[in-house]
Amino acid sequence: MLQYSIKRIVMAIPVVIFISFIVFYIIQLPPGDYVSSYSAQMTAAGEIMTQDDMDQMRANLGLDRPVYEQYAIWIKKIVFEGDFGYSFNYNKPVIDVVKQYMGLTLVVSIVTMLFQYLVAIPIGIYTAVKQYSAGDYFFSGLSFLGMATPNFLLAIILMYFSYTWFGDPLLGLFSDEYVNAAWSWDKVVDLLKHLVIPVIVIGLASTADLIRVMRGQMLDELNKPNVVTARSKGLSETKILFKYPTRAALNPIVSTFGWSLSSIFTGSTITAIVLNLPIQGPVMYKALLGQDMYLAGSWLLFMALLTVLGTLISDILLAWLDPKIRTEFRGN
Amino acid sequence: MTTQTAQAACKADDGQPLLSVQDLKIRIQMDNGVMQAVDGVDFEIKKGKTLGLVGESGCGKSLTSRAIIGINPKECETTGVIKYDLASEGSASDPIDLLSLDPKGKRIRSIRGNKIAMIFQEPMTAFSPMYTIGNQMVEMIRIHRTKNKKEAKKIALEMLGKVGISDQEKRFDQYPHEFSGGMRQRAMIAMALSCNPELLIADEPTTALDVTIQAQVLELMQSLQREFGMAILLVTHDLGIIAEMCDEVAVMYLGKIVEQAPVREIFYNPKHPYTKGLLKSMPRLGGEKSVRLDSIEGSVPMPIDMPPMCGFYERCTDRIEGVCNARSVPKTRISDDHSVRCFLYSDQQRGEAQ
Repeated sequence: MLQYSIKRIVMAIPVVIFISFIVFYIIQLPPGDYVSSYSAQMTAAGEIMTQDDMDQMRANLGLDRPVYEQYAIWIKKIVFEGDFGYSFNYNKPVIDVVKQYMGLTLVVSIVTMLFQYLVAIPIGIYTAVKQYSAGDYFFSGLSFLGMATPNFLLAIILMYFSYTWFGDPLLGLFSDEYVNAAWSWDKVVDLLKHLVIPVIVIGLASTADLIRVMRGQMLDELNKPNVVTARSKGLSETKILFKYPTRAALNPIVSTFGWSLSSIFTGSTITAIVLNLPIQGPVMYKALLGQDMYLAGSWLLFMALLTVLGTLISDILLAWLDPKIRTEFRGN
Repeated sequence: MTTQTAQAACKADDGQPLLSVQDLKIRIQMDNGVMQAVDGVDFEIKKGKTLGLVGESGCGKSLTSRAIIGINPKECETTGVIKYDLASEGSASDPIDLLSLDPKGKRIRSIRGNKIAMIFQEPMTAFSPMYTIGNQMVEMIRIHRTKNKKEAKKIALEMLGKVGISDQEKRFDQYPHEFSGGMRQRAMIAMALSCNPELLIADEPTTALDVTIQAQVLELMQSLQREFGMAILLVTHDLGIIAEMCDEVAVMYLGKIVEQAPVREIFYNPKHPYTKGLLKSMPRLGGEKSVRLDSIEGSVPMPIDMPPMCGFYERCTDRIEGVCNARSVPKTRISDDHSVRCFLYSDQQRGEAQ
């Protein structure tokens, strides 16, 4: 098990290096750079930057060097100094910008994930066991609706309802009086209250998806001969349900855990803009618009890392869950 | 006390059946109509004896065997009477009707695995790949025999030894995929017999195995039958296995038992054209190589909205037009223990009676 995990981690390293290269290349692709977008802003503000000014600025920021050199410097600093570069937009190191938003981003993501699994798995089991019942149709209809509804639309609708019913659209993650307050019990409660809408909005599509996957898996498993065997042994239906089909149906859910981790981070961008959430999505969006290349690059790299990490986690979990895979590498 | 034992002995002598199935019907609602998968099946199994239920794929033999312990899917609408004699355990009660029990209830669950155990065709899929063989065996022993984990494990290990699996301690903690096909079926048998059942239902127990392993598994079943004195309902399409294992044979075709007789009668004095056809299609030792095996022409019709007629009519070489396709076929007794569903014999009998 340990050997397998180490092997997988080592194998992930070249993948990450390759991804970092592609990420950097992609950020370079759009025409212009930070300086040109900065000068455009200046022009709009009434100040004209001369070509000399722009060249001077490029030299200062290191943007006049060839791409591969910029890449080498960027990576070298990340690996040896933990320095992800400088955010031009925020005028501070990328790492500080990321840090500032990371805490709440993690809170929103993790709560959303918990919400997804806690809602989707039981509903998936229920709809499979009671296939074609009224409950099944209700939840299936709801989950198709959930998959089809655009996030931002749902966000706006929920905000409208929360405003008409509670007199507060619950924008952002905190009420005004708590934004800059120190952490206290009341602040946590306030945060939880504000989390309800974002979590539902961000999580709904993947929850609906997960319900479908879990339902399909359960239906497969419920008709397997091992369920008939279990029944012929005299086990109770409840015991059979949880010990055999449910346990087996969880494997594919676990193996998709890796993608859902990063998709929650990226998928929340539009929602975060609409709901005015202080999380990474909008920051990333602004960085891309303003060609704030190091911030955008670090963010993309971080996303890629999360995907690799998530896949790694699900592979290891799956190896732990599935006896067949377990014996395969125990044998080696 | 003495009278009771005497009575019990007397019962056994009378050949009081352990299991008696009467007019079993299974209907399945399909998109294009109602399928009469099993249509009025009657048979009896006596204590310690083996009944072979033979027929081709889709004739309803598996459904019949599963109906006994009520483990068919809920789409199967089952009617009839399945009497099971629980008196053998000492409580002097009348046979109970297994079909009248709630298929999810406690009563039937205390019979499943305990009094009536079952082994399945595909040992690969009949075990769950998620748990060790030991786990799946102990689970059943702990429901019926002992709550104690250690004791249950001891019983399981003992059973694994009985079915010829060596190195039980290690095997106990292995997963089904680490077993070979034959081993898995042995483990399946070990599990089924771990609660000393009175009746073992074996649903094509050797179909998925190669021939040498088949012989071993059958031998094993026979020796265990002698040791435990249980009755066996053997479901198969292999007449060779029937000849080797069974006391009595019921030949099933299209949801009906078309012929029922002791095993020698079936092989030496078959009556129904279908039984004859089956026997002709068996390869024989010493037969000429160049001669093609006989086959039964045509294929089995779907039993959906069938008019009252003989199901074998289309394929029968001896059919009587206007008779076989006009009415449903009644059961005819040829002798005390030989019955057949065929107009060829009912006419004869009527003729004799007149």
